[in-house]
Amino acid sequence: MGHDHDHDHEDDHSELSDMELHVRALRTVLEQKGYIDPAALDVLIDTYETKIGPRNGARVVAKSWLDQAYRDWLFTDATAAIASLGYHGRQGEMIVALENTDSVHNLVVCTLCSCYPWPVLGLPPTWYKSAPFRSRAVKNPRGVLADFGVQLPASVSIRVWDSTAEVRYLVVPQRPKGSDGLSEEQLADLVTRDSMIGTGLPKDV
Amino acid sequence: MYESHADLGGKALHGPVIPEPEGELFHAEWERMALAITLAMGATGTWNIDESRSVRETQSNYDSLTYYQLWIQGLVALLKKHGLVEDDEVAAGKMLHPAKSLKRVLRAVDVPAVLAKGAPTLRSANSAALFAVGDQVTTRSNAVDHHTRLPAYARGRNGRVAAVYGPHVFADTHAQGLGEQPQWLYNVVFTARELWGEGADATSTVSIDAWESYLEPHS
Repeated sequence: MGHDHDHDHEDDHSELSDMELHVRALRTVLEQKGYIDPAALDVLIDTYETKIGPRNGARVVAKSWLDQAYRDWLFTDATAAIASLGYHGRQGEMIVALENTDSVHNLVVCTLCSCYPWPVLGLPPTWYKSAPFRSRAVKNPRGVLADFGVQLPASVSIRVWDSTAEVRYLVVPQRPKGSDGLSEEQLADLVTRDSMIGTGLPKDV
Repeated sequence: MYESHADLGGKALHGPVIPEPEGELFHAEWERMALAITLAMGATGTWNIDESRSVRETQSNYDSLTYYQLWIQGLVALLKKHGLVEDDEVAAGKMLHPAKSLKRVLRAVDVPAVLAKGAPTLRSANSAALFAVGDQVTTRSNAVDHHTRLPAYARGRNGRVAAVYGPHVFADTHAQGLGEQPQWLYNVVFTARELWGEGADATSTVSIDAWESYLEPHS
């Protein structure tokens, strides 16, 4: 996990080919033994490539910017408030929403593996699962934010959430200034995946 | 002695974090398949998520694997451990030994419902919670000889209970095949200085989610 594949190693190509062959062989064995339904594999891949991703979370955040009653619900019982939009289940069985304010910035990590709120953010990005992020986020969060080009005033305290159990965390970033009058859909477009992990901020209007 | 290679919090010697665009999910075709077969085999109910984490984190070459390489190596280890697949079959790329019967097989038609249901770990309470929000607690200081979810950086530290999440399946026993043995789960917050010393950011905090047996009252 310590080595990113930067595609600059000479053996990279053959190594990936070996993995391709290895995974194909494994899949064939599982299929021949009747352990997997090949059609289910296609549905799984399609689900996480086209249906379950960070646009789900963006919709939750945008709604919380527009609808105070929804926002209150989100910070009281995020699992239910998020499920009301149709997002629930695997790796998001219990979700807690974290409110960014002028004085607190939330940052989510899983130092022990790669726990991540799948129903609202989809599959975690490579960096989230990488040794640099997992090792540094808890000890030097401002340094990690700097890697993402984010600098917060010293007056903002950083609250890091290490996802060590089955609770999953969704950061609710602050609504960008000048976004008055935008529709929920337009607001959702401002909500980046990284802003819901805490390594980024929403786009400017 | 049980050795996890996954407990990375606070470890030195790691470079910068490399950001990645939002839509970039896979970096090779086999990674898609690695995701799918891992999820499909997980859905058979042969092992639980804590056992699979335990198998992954104890792979001796953990540091040298990419994420999906780790998933595949862990999957093969689980398949062998449970007698579902043998090495010669993976090498040959075909079935050489009779299949074992599984609790269930994930069918395409059931995928949406299975994902939507997930595997909730919240259980009903058999005892009162020992701690309440605001309580000062100390985490256990010793390492344990099995899978655990108390990171090394948070061992033997003083923190404050910030949330009570109810009784949850206990990862430590669940991973070892010793059953769910649910325990109260808490969010416990530490100051950065308690964890990292006086050089740390004065206002930053770090929280973990900790099962009750990880904690004792701070005296």
